[in-house]
Amino acid sequence: MSSDSTISIVWIYPDLLSTYGDRGNLLILARRAALRGLPVQTMEVRSDQALPTTADIYLLGGGEDGPQALAAQRLIADRGLHRAVAQGSVVFAVCAGYQLLGGSFFAKGTQYHGLDLLDFRSDRGPARAVGELGGPIDPRLGLPPLTGFENHGGRTHLGTGVSPLARVTTGVGNDGATEGAWRGKLLGTYSHGPALSRNPALADLLLRWATGYDTLPPLDDTWADRLRAERMAATAVS
Amino acid sequence: MPLRAKVASSVSRTAAALSRAAGRGDGSVIGGWIGLKIDPDLLAHLASGRAIALVSGTNGKTTTTRLAAAAVGVLGPVATNGFGANMPTGHTSALAKAGQTPYAVLEVDEHYLPKVLVATEPRVVALLNLSRDQLDRAKEVAMMAQMWRTALAEHPAVHVVANSDDPMVVWAAAGSPAVTWFSAGQRWHDDSWVCPECGSPIERQADQWWCTGCSLRRPVPQWVVEDDGVVDPRGAWHKISLQLPGRVNLGNAATALAVAAQFGVRPTDAVTRLSTVASVAGRYAQVVRDGRNIRLLLAKNPASWLEAFDMADEAPTLLSINARDPDGLDTSWLFDVDFSPLRGRQVLITGDRAYDLAVRLEVNGVPFHHVRTFGEAVKLVPPGRLEVIANYTAFQDIRAELDRVL
Repeated sequence: MSSDSTISIVWIYPDLLSTYGDRGNLLILARRAALRGLPVQTMEVRSDQALPTTADIYLLGGGEDGPQALAAQRLIADRGLHRAVAQGSVVFAVCAGYQLLGGSFFAKGTQYHGLDLLDFRSDRGPARAVGELGGPIDPRLGLPPLTGFENHGGRTHLGTGVSPLARVTTGVGNDGATEGAWRGKLLGTYSHGPALSRNPALADLLLRWATGYDTLPPLDDTWADRLRAERMAATAVS
Repeated sequence: MPLRAKVASSVSRTAAALSRAAGRGDGSVIGGWIGLKIDPDLLAHLASGRAIALVSGTNGKTTTTRLAAAAVGVLGPVATNGFGANMPTGHTSALAKAGQTPYAVLEVDEHYLPKVLVATEPRVVALLNLSRDQLDRAKEVAMMAQMWRTALAEHPAVHVVANSDDPMVVWAAAGSPAVTWFSAGQRWHDDSWVCPECGSPIERQADQWWCTGCSLRRPVPQWVVEDDGVVDPRGAWHKISLQLPGRVNLGNAATALAVAAQFGVRPTDAVTRLSTVASVAGRYAQVVRDGRNIRLLLAKNPASWLEAFDMADEAPTLLSINARDPDGLDTSWLFDVDFSPLRGRQVLITGDRAYDLAVRLEVNGVPFHHVRTFGEAVKLVPPGRLEVIANYTAFQDIRAELDRVL
């Protein structure tokens, strides 16, 4: 956490990377912190503004090809996220934002440089992956299974310097076998939009990374648990 | 009309009638589908000789089409696809069923506008708004605007009636030689922060907007909603008394008057006709059951949810969400809607995807109660108004349930 005890959360470029209810992740993290009595400050930083380098958590959302390429160019020129990561900040990225964390990605048929923060690269798959996405998460993270919705044309190939977030039992994810990636306090997933709404334990993991606390007081997650159970039952049948 | 088209038109009408008689549907799609199989140019043949207005956009097209058809009706019979069947099969059915009319006002699915422009050679095209809608299959907003712009450039004779408050619509229309601008207001701004022309940020202040990187900016509108009326291009104010709720429908009325004016209808002659429209394909319909006055509002995407909150009274409110094929399978958009206007109202939730909504409302700080059925909701609210806001198939489910009981 930064010098004061407030958890600061930055939503990066909502003018470019916000397509599928991405604001949800910001709202969910802020609420889960506040319910624990942890002071929170949220900030939305537009693509024409400099990125603050001292926030605790950075969020990257989904976007279409044009805005995704523009976001990559601006983040590479800005360097703020690279500095924040070097100082130990948490990054949670979904969909197009996830692809940005790697070495390269494809948009509008052209290969673009990514931010080179995680060891993977993305290219185009044979068909768009649209639908429910889920599977067991890397046991080292100690989380229940991932459940979400994906909608992307890319495929992501992980290098040796990064671990898959989950093994795919429903949907496509990175390549039909693995889904997402993480290393240190950086985590990305193809589970798009408000991914944390179906994965409250993942939200708490990000808060624990940001605060350094080993555990957080439990919250009443009755509705999120019902939603998770319903979605997992629906995908198990199909 | 060529013989093949006559046969196709006749068979189309028969099929539609059979579909209705068999209770299989309202016939607004099947008739057109069969007719187009017999004569692929049937829509063009049926459109020929009529003065036609097309109405397209993400939201409000069914209602605006209904209001515009009422307004143009001052001049004589108007063919229209009043039940939301807004693809070429629906247009074909509507024109075949109406027989020879001098006028037609057709609602057009935004994806089909280029094709229908070619087939019907309309006199007027009304462009309402563009926003995110069923993203797991729809084209992104900027691509849709580009598609409209390209299509309209190929039809310079068309008079465009367009919303000055939506940057995407303005950009799509700006290349056309003849444009009438109306201001219908726009609550939803989250799909137009980036200029479609140059990619720079768009700034907004009060009702004005402008691009910070190029010359795109809000044109001065000729038709404007003011208080409970509409100001016409000559500056005259006309009181609008609608049975349909909300400021968004005043905007739809202004659009209808602007469309009708292109056919020579004076607003003073049209306003009384607008007030005769009570419900549109079941939307806004009011039903009394067990002492509850139930009003049905359809909301299909983030922008239309914001409008629905504005239309709804401060009364107990049932929200119903499904995610079947016609709705789009992805519920992520729930986090694009700010449900806080519902705070302080008794909120009930239901539908296939009520749990997605429950999690959203919890994060939004809106207390709610989950019910399994529509009937349960009716029992839980006191006598008086019950507002029901539902997305597409959830809305159809509730209509079917009400029809069964009544």
